[in-house]
Amino acid sequence: MSTPFLSVRDLTVDFHTEDGVVHAVDGLSFDVEKGTTLGIVGESGSGKSVTNLAVLGLHNPETAKISGEIRLDGEELIGASRSTMERLRGNKVAMIFQDPLTSLSPYHTIGRQIGEVFRRHTGASRAASRDRAIEMLTRVGIPQPKVRVDDYPHQFSGGMRQRAMIAMALVCDPDLLIADEPTTALDVTVQAQILDLLRDLQEQTGTAIIMITHDLGVVAGTAHEVLVMYAGRAVERGTVREVLREPRHPYTWGLLTSMPRLSAPVDVPLLPVRGTPPSLVNVPPGCPFHPRCDYTDLAGPELCRSERPELSPHRGHGDACYLTLAQKREIVR
Amino acid sequence: MLRFLTRRTLGAAVTLVIIAAITFFLFFAIPSDPARLACGKVCPPELLEQARHNLGLDQPLFAQFTAWLTGIFAGRDYGGLGYCPAPCLGYSFVNQAPVFETILDRLPVTISLTIGAAAVFLVFGVATGIIAALNQGRPLDKIASVSSLIGFSLQIYFVGTLALYFLVYKNQILARPQYLPFTEDPLAWASGLALPWVVLSIIFTANYTRMTRSTMVEQLGEDYVRTARAKGMKGRSVVMRFALRGTLTTVVTIFGVDLGALIGGAIITETTFGLQGLGRLSINAVTDSDLPVLMATVLVAAGAIIVFNIVVDALYAFIDPRVRLS
Repeated sequence: MSTPFLSVRDLTVDFHTEDGVVHAVDGLSFDVEKGTTLGIVGESGSGKSVTNLAVLGLHNPETAKISGEIRLDGEELIGASRSTMERLRGNKVAMIFQDPLTSLSPYHTIGRQIGEVFRRHTGASRAASRDRAIEMLTRVGIPQPKVRVDDYPHQFSGGMRQRAMIAMALVCDPDLLIADEPTTALDVTVQAQILDLLRDLQEQTGTAIIMITHDLGVVAGTAHEVLVMYAGRAVERGTVREVLREPRHPYTWGLLTSMPRLSAPVDVPLLPVRGTPPSLVNVPPGCPFHPRCDYTDLAGPELCRSERPELSPHRGHGDACYLTLAQKREIVR
Repeated sequence: MLRFLTRRTLGAAVTLVIIAAITFFLFFAIPSDPARLACGKVCPPELLEQARHNLGLDQPLFAQFTAWLTGIFAGRDYGGLGYCPAPCLGYSFVNQAPVFETILDRLPVTISLTIGAAAVFLVFGVATGIIAALNQGRPLDKIASVSSLIGFSLQIYFVGTLALYFLVYKNQILARPQYLPFTEDPLAWASGLALPWVVLSIIFTANYTRMTRSTMVEQLGEDYVRTARAKGMKGRSVVMRFALRGTLTTVVTIFGVDLGALIGGAIITETTFGLQGLGRLSINAVTDSDLPVLMATVLVAAGAIIVFNIVVDALYAFIDPRVRLS
């Protein structure tokens, strides 16, 4: 197997704040192959967005300390020059944000905002960029694209804005698309349309996608591989099938039991993960999940509290927990 | 847009009439007799009675107000005291001239002072604010904050007097402040007003720096500014095209209000530098109990603020498409 398209190794992101050092991401590693989708799942503050902003180099270098390796198509991004990052962003790596209303400039037309990315990276003329914007709006399914290209974001509906956002992200045919909770701010019916659109576009272009979400339903419907994050670390990794069918980490179990299912009887209560996510200034020693975990007695309380578990095995379906495979299978059953 | 302007102009006219009425009735509560002023120092009772009649002061208060209002459009004859052609804002017996002429005479001074100072504080204030915002927390930002705080705490009569003493009288670096019409000699106009412009700008520059900095910092944290960076837009274009656009809205609002207020008369600056503008005129009118002039200066000041408010609202539509299309 050749080197993966995006390879992240031991990524650590610390923010220096008045309250102390926030360890937002701590020793995270993952790969994304072309044409596949990696779903990154976790609660708010688990480091999902911080990780991906680091890939784009969008953190303020004065407050964020980033170390590790981020290799995109063999090129190291950590410590890359500003001009290198500006050349890559929007061109090779593009990002879709959660709230399309605040993420689009209210002062410029949709067409201009899409066209300027194309113009910036290809040097195309104003007219050609406009044509390209219309073409992209057509591709993402905006009706009457020739008219709507001159509209402002506030004249679009929520779903259409997110489509425009996607058009803007894909205008330069990026090799990697990072979608940060792309459907969270949208109606449920529109959510499905947007996810379908992303899937179709991926089939056409072979773009790699990182889908950041807290919604396991979104992951199940779109991702090939899943990375479950907790307190800035990966706690479980595998294919969608592996993680959703045979989850191995107590936190993943918690996420799954806290999600409503249509197939489950109505009177079965949802089980939230007890407790609250840890402060990232004082991450608990050992396994960061141990204060909320129901199985520390089984796995060895001393071990859970003192030593940090690593993802194992290194390849394929892995998880960071001291329970043995047999114990996990027993519990899941 | 046309409908917007018509509606606003009508509203402005109503506001002005209300302001005129309030000042009119308020000034009549002042215990002073315009007829005595008009009549002169040695004034026999018959002449005083005559003056009172010519001025219309023997009429009921409301009739006097309507006479004053119609005078604006039709002109007014003050009997033997003089004729005041339309637009007649009254006749000043202190200056022995129609008020409108006096206003026209003084307005260029105040407008020149305002335009020059506004250009200085707008350019320097906004530029310093942007630089401070882009260097948030670094030495440049701190220098800008401290100097704007100092500038904000200074008073015109203090800085102005010091500047006059050291730059004009002691060392003759700058020309003595004076007003010369722009149309006659633009260079003399500028050099005569240079010192008042700079001194008046100090406080405003400080204010604009602080305001621009805080709005800009806010804008730089907006999601769409992050999107612009995520699109690979170059640092400079992110700042100029995206963050600055949002900052402009705030700057334009405050600028409109300030400009309106300054046109109304920069009283302290004009007094400090001995410029005969509207500010001086209104102060003199107060001390001389020159009611017609006082009313006119209040109206001009109010009118300036109203006009600039309309201009600001129209500019909003230009800057922000959300306003334009709703």
